[in-house]
Parts: sequence; C-alpha cells; structure tokens
Amino acid sequence: MSDKKNPNEVPDTGHLWDGNLRELTNQPPKWWMNTLYLSGLFVVVYLILYPAIPLLNGATKGILGWTQMKRLNETVVEIEKIRAPYENKLKGMSATAILADDELSNYAVRSAKVLFGDRCAGCHGTGGSGNPGYPVLADDDWLYGGNIDAIQQSIANGRNGMMPGFGTSLNEQQLDDLAQHMLALSKGSEHAAGKELFVSQGCIGCHGMDAKGMQMMGAANLTDAIWRFTPGTLESIKYTIKYGVNSPGAEETRNAEMPAFQQQLSETDVKKLAIYVHKLGGGQ
Amino acid sequence: MNKKPIQTDLKNLEELYHEAEYWHVNAGGETIHAKRMPGTFRHIKWITMSIWLAFFFGPYLRWDGQQAILFNIPGRQFHIFNITILPQDVWMLALVLLFFALLLAAITSLAGRVYCGYFCFQTVWTDIFIWIEEKLEGPPAKRSKLDSAPWDINKFRVKFIKHSAWLAIGLFTGISFTLWFGDAFQLWKAYLTLQAPLFAWGTIGVFVFFTYLFAGFMREQVCFWLCPYARIQGVMYDCETLLPTYDFSRGEPRGKLKKGSRAEGGEQGDCIDCKQCVAVCPTGIDIRHGQQEGCITCALCIDACDSVMDKVHRPHGLIRYASLDEIEGKPTVKIYKRPRVLIYFAIMLAAIGGIIYGLTNLGALELTVLHERQPLFVLQSDGSIQNKYVLKVLNKTDSDMPLILTISGHDAMKLINSGKPFMTRHGRVTAHTVFLRIPGDQLDAERISIIFRVENIDQTALFAEYQSMFFGPARN
Repeated sequence: MSDKKNPNEVPDTGHLWDGNLRELTNQPPKWWMNTLYLSGLFVVVYLILYPAIPLLNGATKGILGWTQMKRLNETVVEIEKIRAPYENKLKGMSATAILADDELSNYAVRSAKVLFGDRCAGCHGTGGSGNPGYPVLADDDWLYGGNIDAIQQSIANGRNGMMPGFGTSLNEQQLDDLAQHMLALSKGSEHAAGKELFVSQGCIGCHGMDAKGMQMMGAANLTDAIWRFTPGTLESIKYTIKYGVNSPGAEETRNAEMPAFQQQLSETDVKKLAIYVHKLGGGQ
Repeated sequence: MNKKPIQTDLKNLEELYHEAEYWHVNAGGETIHAKRMPGTFRHIKWITMSIWLAFFFGPYLRWDGQQAILFNIPGRQFHIFNITILPQDVWMLALVLLFFALLLAAITSLAGRVYCGYFCFQTVWTDIFIWIEEKLEGPPAKRSKLDSAPWDINKFRVKFIKHSAWLAIGLFTGISFTLWFGDAFQLWKAYLTLQAPLFAWGTIGVFVFFTYLFAGFMREQVCFWLCPYARIQGVMYDCETLLPTYDFSRGEPRGKLKKGSRAEGGEQGDCIDCKQCVAVCPTGIDIRHGQQEGCITCALCIDACDSVMDKVHRPHGLIRYASLDEIEGKPTVKIYKRPRVLIYFAIMLAAIGGIIYGLTNLGALELTVLHERQPLFVLQSDGSIQNKYVLKVLNKTDSDMPLILTISGHDAMKLINSGKPFMTRHGRVTAHTVFLRIPGDQLDAERISIIFRVENIDQTALFAEYQSMFFGPARN
C-alpha cells in the first residue's frame, strides 16, 4: 500500500477530468472487505445446507433436508402439544359439562370459531347471522330446541324440515285466509276464517293448538316475531303453505335441509361447535 | 509549580516526539495504540464510566420481595420499583424516548458529543478493554512491538490471557443484559445448571461476539463507520457549541521545541508539535485540524496538552473546551439566548410533564367494549332486539377483582346473561361477553349511545367506563 500521508500519491485509474480530477484507487477498509467475503461464505454455506438452486424438476435438496412442509408439521405438533390438555379433557366430557366450565367453554368457543367459519358460516352466516332460507343461530327461536344437547344433535345428525304443500287442497281464498291468520298470530291477534282452516286442515297436528310449534318435529313457532322463511310477508307465507317444505314431488317446495356432520367431524369438534352456537346469543 | 531548569524537561520531550511520528485518518488498516495518561478529564471519564456499574448490578436490586426493575417481555409487563407498566401505557415510552433524544440534542448543542466521549458503551467498553491490554502488554510502544514480534510462548501467554479477559467481560455483559428480562437469581441458576432457554443463550452469544468484536478489534472504527450518531453530529453543533478545541491563534505557527530556540515573544506559537494530543486520542485523530468526524469529544487530548504545557511552563488551555466563536475571538452567546437550546429544553419539559402525568394517572382499571359486528343486532322471538358485546377489562392492580357491570342509555334496556359479578385477573385483560336487549316497540332509533360501567364490588371508587352503541334495524 502506498504512503497514506499524501493522498496524491495513491495510484489512480488513469482518467483525468477537468485537468485535475482523478479517481483514486484506495482500498476499501479491511473489515469491510472481510464482511464481504464472509457474506459470500454465508451464501455458499446456505446453498449447501438448504434447498436453494432451482432445477427443471424441483430444486436442490440441501443436506439438512429442510422443507417448508416439515417445518409446518413440526409447528402443528407444537401447537397440538399446547392444546392437548384441553382436548383430552373435552374428549371425556359431555357438552353440558363443558358448558358449565368457564375455562373449557372459552377454549371450545375459540377453537370452534374456525370450524364454524369453514363448515357452518356458508349457510348460517358469520356469527350465525343467518341468510335468506337459512335460520339465524344467534336468536332465541329454535326449531329443534336451543339447549346444548339439542344443538349437538342437530349438528351431529342433521335436520330435515317436513311440511306438506296445501296448494292442491286449498283454493286461493283459503290460502289467503290462512296466511292472514299466520300474520295476525305473529302480532298477537287472530284471523277467524284462517283459524278455522288452521284447525280443520290439520296444521295443529304439527304446529299445535296454540300454534307455538313442536320442537320434536321441527315445527316452527308461528306466534313469535321470527320467520323461518324470510321475509315475513303475506306472499311469502302463502308460498310456504302452498308448496310446503321438502314436500316430495313438488318442484317449488321450500328447502330446509341441514346435513349431518358426524361423519366429517370428530365428536369433540361437534361438541365444540354446539357450545359455540349455544353461546352465539340464543342458547337455552 | 516548582521552577525546574528547562533543559531537564527538554530531555523528556525528545522521547515524546517519537510517540506519534506521523498521522492520517485510520480506516481500520491498523490498530491504534493510544497512550493513557492521568489528568482531570481522565478522572471525569472514570467517574462517568462507573455509571455502567448499574447495568451490571441493577438486576440484583430487590423491591418488596420482587426484582426492582424487570422487563417482563413474555408477560408484557415492566416493573420499575412499585410501578407496573402494561402495554396500554406504552405511550409513555414514546415520551421517554423523546426526552432522551432531545436530551442528546440539547447536550450536544451545548457541549458536543458528551455522550460519545464519556458515557457511550462503545467508548466505555473499549476503554476497559484497552486498560486490560495495557496492564498485560504494556504501553503503546511495547504493544506495537509485541504485535509485530514473532509468536513465542510468552506472546501466546499474554495474548491468551488478554483475549480470555475480553471474552469474559463480553460474557458477563451478555448475562447482565439478560438479567433485566427475567428474575436475576433464577436466571443465574439456570445458566449455572445449563438449563436456560435457547433464546437467552443466543442473546448472550450475540453480546459476547459483538462486545469482543467492537471493543476488542473495531473500536474507533465503530464510531467512524458504523454509528449513525457520529454522522448526524454535524447538524447538532454550531459555532456556540463548547468542544475540545485547539486554540490555533495561540498555538500557531507550531514548531519543535529545540534547545535554546525558545525566545519569549518570538515567532513560534505555543504548540511545540509534540503530537501528544494525537498519541492519546482513542480514535487516532489530530485535534489541531479542527473539529472532525472522528472526534468523540472525550477531552483526553486536553489532559495530554496540559501536561506538556506544564513541562514547558506555558499556561494550560492550548487545547480546551471552547466554542468556535471564542477561538475566533467573537463574543460568546449566553445559553438562554440560544433559541435552539431553549426549544430543546421546552420539548424535554413537555415530555417530562407527560410522563409525570402518565405515572400519576395510571388507572387501576381499563375498560374497552367491542360491539359484535356480525350480526350487528338480532331479532328475538318476542320482537325485541339483541346486541352482543365483548368487554375487555384490564386490571392493573396486583390482585384479582370482582366487578359488577351497569349499563345506562335506554330505560327499557335489559342485560341478559349477566348481572352477577365477574372476576378480572390481575395484570391482564379479562374478556366478558354480555347481551343487551331492548323491546322492539321501545327502540326509538337505529343507534342508541350507551355507557358501560364496571365497578369493583367492594370499592366503588375503582371503576371504568366506556361509551358504545346499541344498534337496531334501519328506520325508514
């Protein structure tokens, strides 16, 4: 290295600008060069250890055998280790018992949130907010019962609504009367002609004398403010009476089918979901 | 001072000239072996450096049976004596940072890089490393000689002890750092039984490596090329800043002091070009070139120059703390007439005010209410409207607390599943879900403003409130 005392004696590139501007060829600091060499070394080591060089069919494997899938599986094992104490407890407990335990039911709600999003929200909406044709799960009106066991049953075994259509047995006037009666019931009054039909046509067989429904059969409570098939207009009510629900052979019939999830989900997952739904706001 | 004949002094001076033969800015190509000598600023430096002892011994302080200062990162709590700081109070940290940033700026505009010269860990650790080096290898000339000498058993022995000592300091530094983030005694136990978590070992490893590298090898190069603060000093100085400065009007023209050449009132200035200021400089600069990037204002050159001035019987202060204005003979400005400094101090005061306000108003309870968005509201079978809320209650006290919830804003509003007191766990956020209902016929607006209030059952003065909304169906 030349004498650093005098920068003018440092060798230059030989270019001269404006008569006196020269580009000196000073060496960069040694530590700086060493860092550069070290980073080069790092690259080489990395190339050897990890998958790095893309080839036509895949990439070099690297001697550590590291893959993203392996890493994922490892982290899944880790998280399952954390969950295991809860999961093991849930396995041996009934949904009712879990619901009674604050800590466990909180765990169930949190871990069921994703399950609900994947399996249920498609029809019932995020947070059980419901969709046209699909019941709201956050209210206190339950077709098949709102206690934890009934909810668990509904999820595990599914539900199928059943109401015959009256389009052939009733004329337009009668349909109208009956629908008027339904509308009146939801507001706490009655429609005389409709009420007569309600009894004579056998509606009471499922919906009951008091029209409050029957949870055994999934028959809707007709006296409350909530409509199974929205909107609760005269037209919509008439349509339901005319074509029924899941009425065999009728093309236009209302559809009310809840699939069974016990084949797709573990028993614990079903319990978790039942607790989640129970806690949405309407559990009984 | 006793008047010695000048001749005896000159003899010593001849040796001094050999200590710094030539000078240039060192870009890391060689090791600077700075001479160490006693003096006023050397004393001050030892005192300011000793502040770092708190870094080593602080974690062992106890307060109320707990570690006095503990930065519990996983638990998201800072304990500082009897104050507990939770993430929700972190805005105060911003003020603390603001305060220290401005303190740095204010001090720098007053007296240069005081932090760099006296307090910075890079300066302090380097100084300690060099102190060890000198104890083992001798003064600078001997060290240079040892460096270039061929390896033999003695050189190996000396170097081995030195590097071991350096690494030990690095290790102790790393361990002490980790102790601030966990219980000091438990961590020591974990280290001694090799049971400490991997993250702790990693942290120590990083500290050992960088302490060894920065204080042992890179030293002033860190200040030159790595530290950003060194680079922004230029905008923090002005002509009124007090800095270690060479009084060129007194010193120039400089020249070697030769026997018999010193004539009173002669041509020559007071600087005898002994280069002692360069020899002692830990960053290897020549202060006589004026203030420059490499100067950390450690003032060791002042000590060196003063000692030489003693030898040649001239007054102290050829190199001294002085502003550029003073050196150039301009009138100096009083501190309170320098707007920059005043603004710095005003902002610092505001920051301190904010911190004091924050510390005295650390509420014991904090309530946040999250309104369920989906569904926003739910029609119930009796025609009433139900809203769902998640209450997040932060309990900052050191014990669990039973709370009772009351809600105001609508006369017909009913709390559905709660009404019983609920427990909040200390030092953390407890979530609590509640449902509110208003009968449909009494709901008179699409949105109603409501207020949640949680209150300690036994101590009603402990409460927190939060304003939220009750939503109903859209009205036409």
